[in-house]
Amino acid sequence: MAKMVSLTIDGINVEVEEGTSVLKAAKDIGIMIPTLCYLNGVNSFGGCRICVVDAGAKSLLASCTLPAAEGMVIKTNTKEVQEARRMNMELILSNHDRSCLTCDRNGKCELQDTAFQMNVDEIRFDGKDTKHKLDLSSPAMVRDPNKCILCRRCVAACGRVQDIGVIGPTERGFRTIVEPAFKMSLGDVACINCGQCLQACPTGAITIVDDTKKVWDAIADPNKHVVVQTAPAVRAALGEEFGLPIGTCVTGKMATALKRLGFDRVFDTDFAADLTIMEEGTEFIGRLQNNGVLPMITSCSPGWIKFMEHNYHDFLPNMSSCKSPQQMMGSVIKNYYAPKMNIPRENIVSVSVMPCSAKKFEAGRPEFGDDVDVVITTQELGRMIRMAGIDFERLPDSDFDPLLGDSTGAAVIFGVTGGVMEAALRTVYEVLTKETLEQIEFESIRGMEGLKEATVKINDLDVKIAVAHGTANARKLLDSIRSGEKEYHFIEIMACPGGCINGGGQPLVDSEIKLKTNVVKQRAKALYSEDRGKALRKSHENPSVQQVYKDWLGEPGGHKSHEFLHTKYVERDLY
Amino acid sequence: MITKKDLDKIKAATLTENYLDDSREGIRVTVGMATCGIAAGAKPLFRLLKEGTADLEKVEVKMVGCIGSCRLEPMIEVYEGSKRTTYVFMTPEKCQKVLDEHIKGGKVVTEYTIGAADKENASSITEMSYFKSQKRIVLRNCGTIDPENIDEYIARGGYEALDKVLTSMSKEDVVNTLLSSGLRGRGGAGFPTGLKWKFTMAEADQKYVVCNADEGDPGAFMNRSVLEGDPHALLEAMAIAGYTIGATIGYIYIRAEYPLAVERLKIAIKQAEDKGLLGKNIMGSGVDFTIELRLGAGAFVCGEETALIASIEGERGEPRPKPPFPSQSGVFGKPTVINNVGTFANIPQIIVKGVDWFKSTGTEKSSGTKVFALGGKISNPGLVEVPMGTTLRDIIYNMGGGIPNGKKFKAAQTGGPSGGCIPVDHIDTPIDYDSLAEIGTMMGSGGLIIMDEDNCMVDIARYFLDFTVDESCGKCVPCRIGTKRMLEILERITTSKGKADDISKLKELGKNIKLTALCGLGQTAPNPVLSTIRYFEQEYETHIKEHKCPAGSCQAMIAYFIEAEKCIGCGLCARKCPVDAISGEKKQPHKIDRSKCIKCGACMEACPVDAIYKR
Ligand SMILES: Cc1cc2nc3c(=O)[nH]c(=O)nc-3n(C[C@H](O)[C@H](O)[C@H](O)COP(=O)(O)O)c2cc1C
Repeated sequence: MAKMVSLTIDGINVEVEEGTSVLKAAKDIGIMIPTLCYLNGVNSFGGCRICVVDAGAKSLLASCTLPAAEGMVIKTNTKEVQEARRMNMELILSNHDRSCLTCDRNGKCELQDTAFQMNVDEIRFDGKDTKHKLDLSSPAMVRDPNKCILCRRCVAACGRVQDIGVIGPTERGFRTIVEPAFKMSLGDVACINCGQCLQACPTGAITIVDDTKKVWDAIADPNKHVVVQTAPAVRAALGEEFGLPIGTCVTGKMATALKRLGFDRVFDTDFAADLTIMEEGTEFIGRLQNNGVLPMITSCSPGWIKFMEHNYHDFLPNMSSCKSPQQMMGSVIKNYYAPKMNIPRENIVSVSVMPCSAKKFEAGRPEFGDDVDVVITTQELGRMIRMAGIDFERLPDSDFDPLLGDSTGAAVIFGVTGGVMEAALRTVYEVLTKETLEQIEFESIRGMEGLKEATVKINDLDVKIAVAHGTANARKLLDSIRSGEKEYHFIEIMACPGGCINGGGQPLVDSEIKLKTNVVKQRAKALYSEDRGKALRKSHENPSVQQVYKDWLGEPGGHKSHEFLHTKYVERDLY
Repeated sequence: MITKKDLDKIKAATLTENYLDDSREGIRVTVGMATCGIAAGAKPLFRLLKEGTADLEKVEVKMVGCIGSCRLEPMIEVYEGSKRTTYVFMTPEKCQKVLDEHIKGGKVVTEYTIGAADKENASSITEMSYFKSQKRIVLRNCGTIDPENIDEYIARGGYEALDKVLTSMSKEDVVNTLLSSGLRGRGGAGFPTGLKWKFTMAEADQKYVVCNADEGDPGAFMNRSVLEGDPHALLEAMAIAGYTIGATIGYIYIRAEYPLAVERLKIAIKQAEDKGLLGKNIMGSGVDFTIELRLGAGAFVCGEETALIASIEGERGEPRPKPPFPSQSGVFGKPTVINNVGTFANIPQIIVKGVDWFKSTGTEKSSGTKVFALGGKISNPGLVEVPMGTTLRDIIYNMGGGIPNGKKFKAAQTGGPSGGCIPVDHIDTPIDYDSLAEIGTMMGSGGLIIMDEDNCMVDIARYFLDFTVDESCGKCVPCRIGTKRMLEILERITTSKGKADDISKLKELGKNIKLTALCGLGQTAPNPVLSTIRYFEQEYETHIKEHKCPAGSCQAMIAYFIEAEKCIGCGLCARKCPVDAISGEKKQPHKIDRSKCIKCGACMEACPVDAIYKR
């Protein structure tokens, strides 16, 4: 057991595990020390000097990096400490593009909030600004270094959390800037568009590319039939945009809101998730039975796909050829729904709402053509609902539109790490054994452990499975397979830690809340409870999916499926 | 396996304590071949002497490090028995003459000796007054032994301390010896070395010894001198540290701008390894210790210990928060002792000669000596090693030869960009860690820059801050932005655009940066500003309120004038003026067109009758 130490913070005694930061120890007794560069689980850096406290040393120390020690006496709120913090805030603001009113993060900016909290009413030390160009090269993210406060939270998210490391500090001193190496742009490097950087950013220095205008234009065009699909994880977080508690599932309100915004049809990506299980399950069974390449690895996460294409293209043959649910849905809408409704393909605008910044990149991959026309994220949907003056909290629930809006519980859990694997197992087991699976909740692959593995007995075979979320964990897993240390049959990988519920397009959560609550766990709970509430919880039981096979596709893994629902990947360079 | 007996044998066969003495025949000729000597042209002299003495018996020609008076290079010394002659400002011609008349002919060439050059009745540097008042512990071998020959180091008692530690001292003994010696870190902060080692003794699977040879202070080269002149002293001390804390690996972090030092270290490490004084099972003791070099790219901040550690680990050279301190979590998270070159260089002698010997020099709380790199407005720039507690006056007027050109002393800067100034009122302050801190500056690594009445203190502050702004790593806010804002204010003041509240802003910013910056660089960056305000606030105010620079140094605030009564109309100034700003009839007083004048000062220098002045 870890050693406990006892210290005094503002006269209050507190006991914590040795090595706990003073910042966390203070939080335990209800003292919230302001922070900027600190982000729980991502970055403790000690650079912004906002969380400084008096620890009896000759200078003030950053509480985020100060390990609690026995007998320490800490003061967090003396006049000296307050003034020091405020002056550092003034200094940060003196070199910050203060066009707050038109900033993406206006009203949701930690810099703004912290400055307000410190009662900064003047910036006395104005001087030269560093001026940089915007980086608009990425389809998913905008980098605005003029709003950057060099807290390095994005650097830690990209490097330490995701083990990708395409952005970092260059230059020194006042000229320091966070950017890709060799002055390259985000669009030119091995960035996977996961958006963990923008989720970590406290200001408007990295933001999601805003595509809402394209959607408004389409809705306003009387000649266009605008169809929308929403990914599973969106419903677990959209409520946060409107102040609902983290972990509130808002499926019904979301469907109503989309209808009120003026979409002609409101479909559910969950339908395509069920469809994905039919295809992927069939593909897996085929590989098992015909000595195909194993392990097979899931292909739903576009961040993971690009990561693999840059870093692990030796695993190309292991990749499931299934398109992601977004692209399957796009294909079904343009190739099945349009002719069925007698609407010319060019008059359909296919919009998707995703928790994921990388989906913007995915929809633009040349092989997918115009199956999905516009991708907006949960954040952007929140923005549209606010623009339309919709009082979200008071919306009544409604259902998705029929057929392509129908889904099972298996599809819902696609949004959380382990969910795709669990959904696949529910189907694969029953197809192979022809028996009903009683225990359908696979606890061993749930939860936030970075790498999860299990063995599932199907007929005579011990099927070995593994689940990784976050590309750092994916790297570990793939390296252990490369080296021959590990062997599996089936692997699920999602690029974001926790899965899609923690995607780059999800609502931003203040670092103070991230210090107090486990956001990812709360959102996951929302999806698991929606699954539990569904009448049907196995993809192959989805009657609408069965109907689409009957009407159009034929059989899973069949000729038509291959034409419309499967894809190929490419090798990409790392530099 | 090498033993004490072998060391003694080498000693007997090489040099005596005084290099040569009357009991030995022969002549020893040394050529100063540190960076300074080589830059001044020592290499051809060395070759000339080598070749010229090749067929002479009992004459050896050796290269040695820097003896401290770099201004006198190239220097050669001739030892005959206990007699020593120092020749300065050598050229091949002069050298040939020394070879012919002195080395071959036995007659000192008086006109080339150091005494002749510095107008003293002396023929060797050891007789010079400025040398005699020094006390050489760290530099004791610099300029006298061949740094590329381990035998000469051994002959001077080298590696005896290591032998003593390995054969007769426990780890605790070593720490206690250092503790009672009162040795404090020579890298700047003056932390007790024994305490640092003691903190690093707790059990761990791996530990490291690091030598900080980054020496980034502008104008400082104390460490370089040891590295180039006496590298084994460092290696021996590091091995002692390795034994004491239980580390098997040592790193010397040295700036790549010191290629000669790197080369000599490599040679020294190789020689020590070959002799079994480094590597596995040192001197048969069962103790292993190897030393590797790590080259720094010359960022000032990489001299800060945590940034240095990050750099060794291959990370961007940025400081890390303390605690944890390197003694708990240093290189690769392992307990690490990190000391400055000068700190290490003291240790073998403390071990051999004892605590009482060491404590007999210096003050009660700062024992031993300190090496300073004397520069600026001083007659004898170079390295001096003095007992702690020596006064600034002593250093300037005794060892430094005073201020040149009859100018008045104004202030001295210690601690480089991290330190502060000492005004004339404090010229009798004893120089030790605590007295300096009391008057608002610090010991620092040993840069000592002398300023005279022509130096503007605001501009000096601006100069040092400009350096730190440039060298800030950019990690923490107060250093990255705060020092920049201070610099902007100083730039304003020195260009006649100062504002009424600028001084109070400087004080406020300075206080906050010191209080909240992450590392020592930021925490000390405001010192030059705060200390010049403390002692020369009036000078700041004159800049701001009267738009005048009292020292006549800030370009924007001075103008050149011709005194009509003195001007003889010779036209020399007009001809020297690069922008044709001066006009006037022959034999009539001339005038300067200030709209054209670029304030280069060429006219003032040219005027034969001192009719031009600036104000
Ligand atoms: C900005 C900065 C630069 C430094 N540069 C050096 C240096 O070049 N050499 C050095 O020995 N110590 C330097 N130091 C001090 C080291 O951090 C450290 O205190 C020292 O290496 C400890 O050795 P000592 O106890 O033997 O003095 C620097 C400190 C700071 C803050």
